Order: sequence, then structure tokens, then C-alpha cells
Amino acid sequence: MISVNVEEKLFQNRYRVDAGRPHIQIKKPEVCANDCVEKSCTHVCPASCYKAEGNGAVTLITDGCLECGSCRIICTEHANVNWEYPRGGHGILFKFG
Amino acid sequence: MKKPSQFDAIVVGAGPSGNAAAYTMAKAGLKVLQIERGEYPGSKNVQGAILYSDALEKIIPDFRDDAPLERHIIEQRMWVLDDNSFVGTHYRSDDYNKPPYNRYTIIRAQFDKWFSSKVREAGALVICETTVNHLIMDGDQVVGVQCDREAGDVYADVVILADGVNSTLARKAGFHGEIQAGNVALAVKEILFLPEDTIRQRFNIGEEEGVVIEMLGKITDGMMGTGFLYTNKESLTIGVGCMLGDFKANPNKTSPYALLEQMKRHPSIAPLIEGGEMKEYAAHLIPEGGFYAVPQVYGNGWMIVGDSGGFVNAVHREGSNLAMTTGRLAAETAIAAKAGGKGYRADTLKAYKKALDESFVMKDLKKYRDMPQVFHENNQFFTTYPDLVSKAARTMLTVDGVDKKTKEREIFASFRQSRSLTGLVGDAVKLWRAIR
Repeated sequence: MISVNVEEKLFQNRYRVDAGRPHIQIKKPEVCANDCVEKSCTHVCPASCYKAEGNGAVTLITDGCLECGSCRIICTEHANVNWEYPRGGHGILFKFG
Repeated sequence: MKKPSQFDAIVVGAGPSGNAAAYTMAKAGLKVLQIERGEYPGSKNVQGAILYSDALEKIIPDFRDDAPLERHIIEQRMWVLDDNSFVGTHYRSDDYNKPPYNRYTIIRAQFDKWFSSKVREAGALVICETTVNHLIMDGDQVVGVQCDREAGDVYADVVILADGVNSTLARKAGFHGEIQAGNVALAVKEILFLPEDTIRQRFNIGEEEGVVIEMLGKITDGMMGTGFLYTNKESLTIGVGCMLGDFKANPNKTSPYALLEQMKRHPSIAPLIEGGEMKEYAAHLIPEGGFYAVPQVYGNGWMIVGDSGGFVNAVHREGSNLAMTTGRLAAETAIAAKAGGKGYRADTLKAYKKALDESFVMKDLKKYRDMPQVFHENNQFFTTYPDLVSKAARTMLTVDGVDKKTKEREIFASFRQSRSLTGLVGDAVKLWRAIR
């Protein structure tokens, strides 16, 4: 499969980021680092918000989030994702949808 | 502590189902509050998007007068793709060129805004930029919603949950559990702008005519899913969606955006979208669990409509029409409940489920109830068969001095080799059982 820079795609989108108030959080970062081998969120997230770091940790930056809900649903073994919608008016603002 | 209701009904969400519900109730004189978390209705919503006229006609008969519609569809193509080719069926008919048109491409952000303007005209109060965090309960009865605003508690006799596929509110209230990754598809899409003339030439269509292409095969990298390409007025939407559980289990760790990019480069697709200027990239879940995945959709003081209730006919790529129909039926139930004066307990609201069962919504979902399972357990329909079909076409249509009888034998041998004779017969039986 080809490699794709999703940032270039997200750059076309319109967002109102709720600075300092991420609507999704990793509950226990150590669970991602120590207990989760697959780290599926790092390839399934369509906005690539989750990144696998060299030391085994997973970092999450929600600024480009498309609010689909996939990360919460696929984290079945560890249920390690706190997932809420952004505050009203914030997050992705689709121009076309 | 029970607070007095400020509204007859609260509708959470301003997509097709929520708008259908709010419009229908407001039109009947109910006092309706609709709450939408986006900046404007549509700003959180994603669809392919095809609008089927019938469901909307039943709500707003003259919608064609001012709804923002892109192109009416005159041609539907079904493509089965391998890496370098497609085998397809095209159905184009001038019958589709006679008004009233049966289906249109739409751009959801524009369409939802229009639909919402109708809801306001009908007399509902629509509040945007407001996320509902929780339902407010009084014992076992839903009596209102808690919003993320100051003094954000609002009370109503009945709450209609049109909050989309994640069904956040019903989940938090414990009305149903978490969605299974095998019951939702994750779809990504882009909108590509092209001059109107270019679109007309490439797709061989007139000013307002449109083409849709539905695709399956190699483009989903072995996962259960489909791709699509739709013509809008001055843009194309191209997307691909696969079951979320398949994405998770994909041995190549294929990302949705890599899948889409790869699909855009397919030699049969690339020339159609060449030069398109990408102006938005979107992702969304589609509830495709079908009949068995529909949760309890009513209770004391609440009803669920649209994607939140899993109302999608994945086989026929229908969703927004089921959304609008479920929204309308829930609204009619609320209207009858108010008129009946016996309150909004489950005992009264069960009329909603009865209406659903008697409509095409549950009848169609029931007809295809085994389809998700059959496809899920038999991914050869998305992998082996598309390859075999392409190879068969290539073998038969390539003129190379080999006689046709030998070619036939070669094709049959390739099918038997890949699926075995019992496998082939078994697959045919499974498919027949699932769709009859």
C-alpha cells in the first residue's frame, strides 16, 4: 500500500479547535505502552490523530479529528479511550460533508 | 425532581432524521426544540451523498422547488475491480430523465441547512453550537436533556434521539451497549472540484444529469467494503468504506486514507477524476449491522431515529431515506401521543416500533437480515470473486489464437482452483438465502 500524508488532506478542512480541551483522551497511557500490542488506533484513525512513538507509547492529538468514533469502538480489549463530542460549535466544521 | 416541561418535544441532532422529526411535529403544532452541536445544521454531517426523493416527498412534497439538489441520476454503474481493470454493468435510462426525478446527488452541508430552514419555518426552535451531554431522567422516564451551556437543562415530554451513528446519548443512558466494530463501516471520502463541462464530457451527461458508480473488489484490500464515485454539479465525491472490524484486523495495517489514495490511482478511476481540486476530506461511520443490530428504539419518554438506531440498508446503499422515514414515524407517534393525552410511556410509544415494522424500513432490513453475517464470514465475495471475474473477462476477450472452448475450460478451472466446486455452490446458496 502506498504511503500517504494525511496532514495534506486535513489541511483542506475547516476546524474550530477547542484549545486546551481535547474531547478525546487516552485514559491510561501506560496501558497503550505496556499492554496493547496491536495499537490499531494508529492505523485505523482516518485523521491519524494517534501516533505510535518509538518507546511504545501512543500519543493523541485531537486537532484534526473527524469525530467518527472509530478509536473508541476498536479499543475493545482495553476500553482505554474517553470519547466525547467537542463542545458545541467546536471541532470539525464540514463545508460540504 | 420533576421539572415542568418547557417543550412538547426535544429533538437532538439536525441531520435528515432529526429534521424530519422536528419538521413533522412543528407542522402539527407541537412545541419543538431542536438542538444541534454544529456551527450550522450540516456542519457535522457526512454522506456520499444520494438523496432518494420518496422519503422526503412524504414530508415536504414540493421540496424540488427550492432544495439544493446537484444532479438527478440517470445512470448507475456497478464495477468489480481487480488491480488493473474493472468488469461492470451500467444501467442508463431516459426514463430517469422524466420528472419527478427519483434520486439526486446532494451536498449535505447545503442540503441540511435548507432542510433546517424548513424546520424553522414550520415553527420549531432550532439551537446550534450546543452539545447535549446527557439525558435527564426522572426515575425511569426521560424528562429532558442536559446541554453544555449555562443553565443548559431543558425539559420536554418526549426526547427524540437523532444524534447519529455513535448514539452517544442512548449509550450513556444504558439503553443499549457499545457498537460492535463488525456492525459499522468506516468510510472516508473527498470532494474534488472540476469544471462543469469536464464532468459532463467525462461522464457523457447533460446539464443536470448525473452518474453514480458503486465499486467493489481489490480497492478494499481484502476487507468487506465498497467504493463510490458520484457526480455533483461542479464536483465529484469519491470515497471508500470497509467494516471497522476489518480495518482493525487488516494484516497490512492499511489506513483508510491510503486505501482512498490507492483507489484514486486505479487506472479505471484516475482518468475520471484527473485534475480535480480536493477541497475537503471527511470520515464517518455507517451502521451496517442491519436487522439484528437495531437496538431498542423507544422507551419511557424517548425514541431513537436515523443512524442512531442503525437504520441503514447496506445492501442497497440506502440510509438517508430510512433516516427521514424513521424521523417522520417517530414524530407521528409523538403527535398521536399528545392527542391521546395518555402520556409518553413506552406503552404508548411502542406505536413507533409498530409503524416501523409495517414500513419498508424494517421490512427491508428483515429481508436482508442474514446478509451482514454471510458477507462477514465469506470475504471471498470481496476478494477472490472480483479477481476471478476480471480474469475470466480478460481470458475470454483477449484474441490470441487460443480457441474459445479451451478458454472456457481455463476459466472454469480457475474458479474451481480458487473456490472448489462445493465452495462455489455453497457461496451461491448462501447468497441466495441471504437475499431471497
